[in-house]
Amino acid sequence: MKKEFTPRITSFLCKWCTYTGADLAGTARLQYPTSIIPIQVMCSSRVDPVFLIKAFLSGSDGVLIGGCHPGDCHYETGNYHARRRFAIVKSVFESLGLESQRLKLSWISASEGPKFARVANEYTEEIMELGENPTRKNIFL
Amino acid sequence: MKNKKNSVLVLGAGIAGIQASLDLAEMGVEVHLVEDTPTIGGRMPQLDKTFPTNDCSMCILAPKMSECVRHPLITLHIMSSLKDISGTPGNFICSVIERAKYVDPVKCVSCGLCEEKCPVKIEDEFDVGLRKTKAISRYFLQSIPSEYTINKDHCLYLTKGVCKLCSKVCPTGAINYEDTDKEIELNVGAVILATGIDPFDPIGFGQFGYHRYKNVVTSLEFERMLSASGPFGGHVERASDGLPPKRLAFIQCVGSRDISIDRNYCSSACCMFAIKQSIIAKEHNKELEATIFYMDIRAFGKDFDKYYDKAENWYGVQFKRSKISEIKELPDGSLDLKYTYENGDIQYETFDMVVLSIGLQPRAGSRGLSEDLDIRLNRFEFCRTDTFHPLETSREGVFVCGAMSGPKDIPESVISASGAVANAVKYLELERYDPSVGSEDIKEKDVTGDRPRIGVFVCHCGINIAGVVDVKDVAEFASHLENVEHSEDVMYACSTDCLETIKQRIEEHDLNRVVVAACTPRTHEPLFRDTISEAGLNPYLFEMANIRDQCSWAHMNEPEMATGKSRDLVEMGVSKARGLVPLLRLPINIDPEALVIGGGLSGMTSALAIGDAGHDVYLIEREDVLGGNMRDIFFNFDGTDPQQFLAETIEKVENHDRIRVLPGSTIEEITGFVGNFRTAFKDSTGKREELTHGAVIVATGGNEHETEEYLYGSSSRVVTQKEFERMLHEEEFPPGKLKEVVMVQCVGSREEGRMYCSRVCCSKAVKNALELRKRKSRVNIYFAYRDIRTYGFAEEYYSELRDRGALFFRYTLENKPEVEKIRPDDPDSRIRVTVFDPVLEKDVVIDADLLVLATAIDAPEENLELAKMLKVPLNSDGLFLEAHVKLRPVDFATEGIFVCGLAHGPKDMSESIAQAKAAGSRALTFLKKKSILAEGTICEVRTDRCSGCGYCEEVCAYTAIEVDPEEGVAVVNDALCKGCGACVSTCRCGALDLRGFTNGQLFSVFDSLEIEASEGIR
Repeated sequence: MKKEFTPRITSFLCKWCTYTGADLAGTARLQYPTSIIPIQVMCSSRVDPVFLIKAFLSGSDGVLIGGCHPGDCHYETGNYHARRRFAIVKSVFESLGLESQRLKLSWISASEGPKFARVANEYTEEIMELGENPTRKNIFL
Repeated sequence: MKNKKNSVLVLGAGIAGIQASLDLAEMGVEVHLVEDTPTIGGRMPQLDKTFPTNDCSMCILAPKMSECVRHPLITLHIMSSLKDISGTPGNFICSVIERAKYVDPVKCVSCGLCEEKCPVKIEDEFDVGLRKTKAISRYFLQSIPSEYTINKDHCLYLTKGVCKLCSKVCPTGAINYEDTDKEIELNVGAVILATGIDPFDPIGFGQFGYHRYKNVVTSLEFERMLSASGPFGGHVERASDGLPPKRLAFIQCVGSRDISIDRNYCSSACCMFAIKQSIIAKEHNKELEATIFYMDIRAFGKDFDKYYDKAENWYGVQFKRSKISEIKELPDGSLDLKYTYENGDIQYETFDMVVLSIGLQPRAGSRGLSEDLDIRLNRFEFCRTDTFHPLETSREGVFVCGAMSGPKDIPESVISASGAVANAVKYLELERYDPSVGSEDIKEKDVTGDRPRIGVFVCHCGINIAGVVDVKDVAEFASHLENVEHSEDVMYACSTDCLETIKQRIEEHDLNRVVVAACTPRTHEPLFRDTISEAGLNPYLFEMANIRDQCSWAHMNEPEMATGKSRDLVEMGVSKARGLVPLLRLPINIDPEALVIGGGLSGMTSALAIGDAGHDVYLIEREDVLGGNMRDIFFNFDGTDPQQFLAETIEKVENHDRIRVLPGSTIEEITGFVGNFRTAFKDSTGKREELTHGAVIVATGGNEHETEEYLYGSSSRVVTQKEFERMLHEEEFPPGKLKEVVMVQCVGSREEGRMYCSRVCCSKAVKNALELRKRKSRVNIYFAYRDIRTYGFAEEYYSELRDRGALFFRYTLENKPEVEKIRPDDPDSRIRVTVFDPVLEKDVVIDADLLVLATAIDAPEENLELAKMLKVPLNSDGLFLEAHVKLRPVDFATEGIFVCGLAHGPKDMSESIAQAKAAGSRALTFLKKKSILAEGTICEVRTDRCSGCGYCEEVCAYTAIEVDPEEGVAVVNDALCKGCGACVSTCRCGALDLRGFTNGQLFSVFDSLEIEASEGIR
């Protein structure tokens, strides 16, 4: 039963780096699971903490934010803001007893197609070990 | 009669050619970009990272490449060469050969089937032979344009008349074996050459064993190995056994600074290149040990020394100043290096891999090109220029940029490209134009308040998508989604006939939102947006679902799952589309005048560039006279006369009918934004005046560092290089015999408090030493230096000075030269200099008649105040910080403000002129427009919710949002907002939103996921 489980990982990808990197992974025909559901954002800093919580409560088994490497941000400093916010949401998750491993932030540049595929594969495996998002069964709030 | 043509031919589509084309096109000039290879991009795509920020090269270049290919005024001529230029400046006829591509670019959809089936494997040029490609291929995966081309020398059909496999599998019939070379004639006003460089080929360098020893590679090969998109996916491996190297050696100056092969110039970039590669290699593998063998580390650019320091002290890269005399291969493929330190010590050390830091050389065929185009080359076969005309070839109306005229790194190439544009536009007749005019031709349908009527088009992309995803199923699925009025599957959504179909369907079904499920929005969104716009819909009423690059291609073995994901992606697209609203790109008026701050060489050059283009310029200078630091420069290596050039420049500026010089004036306030600045200043009489202008150029210059070291100020025999140059000019030396002259380099530079190289001092000292030799041939000259940084062609003069007997002693920070007066109470006493000689390994004592100090270049303290007024940043050294150190070297992040000259960083006159012209030309890209259109995807404020806390103001990198002190709420400046959304997710009150990516729109995307989850479809 557990083998059949394909997680859903809502992935916020910044337009300039990670989204381009994900495209490159495809162009190079690098294979990764269908679990990754991409949502393009202009910048990783656009990812409001609420998005993470909302995606989680909507039943995503994992949430991935992909942004430019530190120093590479198309908008100068957006990824630093993203990193800070991410850290806070992660600690909020921990303090609420939620599995903070379900949130992931990764810096993937436009030329890192292989890294995108690797992160997609590894993170999917990690989430598969965690199992389904408990909010699908439990009622929160 | 002179019939000027408002078009320019740019030869070479590397970063310099791309930048020149974009700048020209933004001024409204038609550009023909002629490129030899099948793609634009040049050398940059081959690079993994760029120094000194470790930016990913493709990340920063790709947006420029797509901007270039999409620009309506830029026509690309790939696989083409320039054969001849005839006619007169302003009205040239260029004959261009377009080589046969054998693939119809209009029909090719870049599906790649042909490459898969092609039986001919050939060496991949892009990956420097480290992997194979096919006879029909794309130059590299991210090539632009992306269409395939056939290599006619290797194609079986074209060489032997058999095969034709590609034409059999091509789904669109794009293969055309009958294609022929075509000669076309282009009528242009000016020509810009940007053919770049070739890497030095070390094959003839026997002692390094390149190609004989498997684990000796060039730096370019190593770069491809490091690249994530390279042949080894970013895993550095030894060719001999596939193991990752643990001990890595870099050998510098292979093919540079070498008289024996007539390359007595410095390639300028390789030191930094090696430092970067050693850092990246160590980041890949923490245990790796990297050693760089070098003569001098030439980290002379902005923030380069900090990078060098980081490599040495933080990453633990070993730097060994020594000469490699021999490399031997050991049985296990490792390499034994024999090297000699400067004191003569011979050492042996074993490495797993050796990287040859190869130099830059003129492109193959430079000689032929120069003859075809009738331009002159210098003796190394780079394009010849002179100090004061660094961007001009010997032929009027033909300009040069990038490394074609000498080794350059990326920002210098970009600067020279923008600079060359300023020269080229003088030969055109440009009117100010209004980019918003013309877009109103199509009446936009008002959809406000209408129920969403969404059309969905699911693309097969031949078999690229349909081979994996059940496209018909996805289209059928979409047709049942709420608000979807029409859904169909199409063979190629981007083909001309399908675009027509989309327009028809909009009409037939009265659609007011469109979703296309196909490839990536990165490349195709603009095309579809234009299409729906032609059908009368606002272009922002469009959404794309990426079911190819991020679905069918990535899940080729899971067709069912990929179909499921495609359904999800389409549903998410439809959900977002439902909430889309029309966005307006509001025009922002641009005032045609410019303000240039600083009346030195840079400021004057910028002012002339803008004035000559027909715009009024205010040139404001704090001092009563123009000229700045240049008033103290009297000599050049190439024999040109700085004072004469300065006098001519001042005369031109002062008599220019477009330039108003404001000497003795101080700026009191600058407000406003791009196109609409307002500046208040006090003139020399104390009268306050206000100016309005569309752009600002900061050219505030630099100061000579005031040192107290080495007895400066307390002895008449200790002078700075600047003072020494005047002394040489006036031939007034200290009293008595002048026999022993000591020059101390790096006074104040490259040490605590000023961790940067002042860049010009080594060349300046060498220049002055040679001048001294001319006047007093018997004088003994001694240099105390840390690294001699005579980069580029100055290297030749450095070796000339060495040949003429000047002695060089290298000192370290721990062991600086010591000076004392021989007669302590006498201010005119000779100076005793004690310097440790690492060659002899003992102190050397010189009783100097004159001590010349190469003092640092300081950023003026006033920069701080100006930076505050302009709301632009300074770096830690007080220098103005550009928007991007690689690709936007004269822009600030805040639009409409530019920087050049010493205000940006230490540089010589040639470089200042190039950058000043670049700043002028970047300003003209705005000033040539009557208005610019603000982005559609920008932030908006719901004032009823805003508490005026100001957090948004803090996170905005563009000063595009500010709290209005009177109203107490945040206000977005449409002209400056770039639409990143950083402020939106910072806002605590939910008062901000990003148009086109609103919270509501994104939430509805999550909602579409949620409903499915609870239904358990998946």
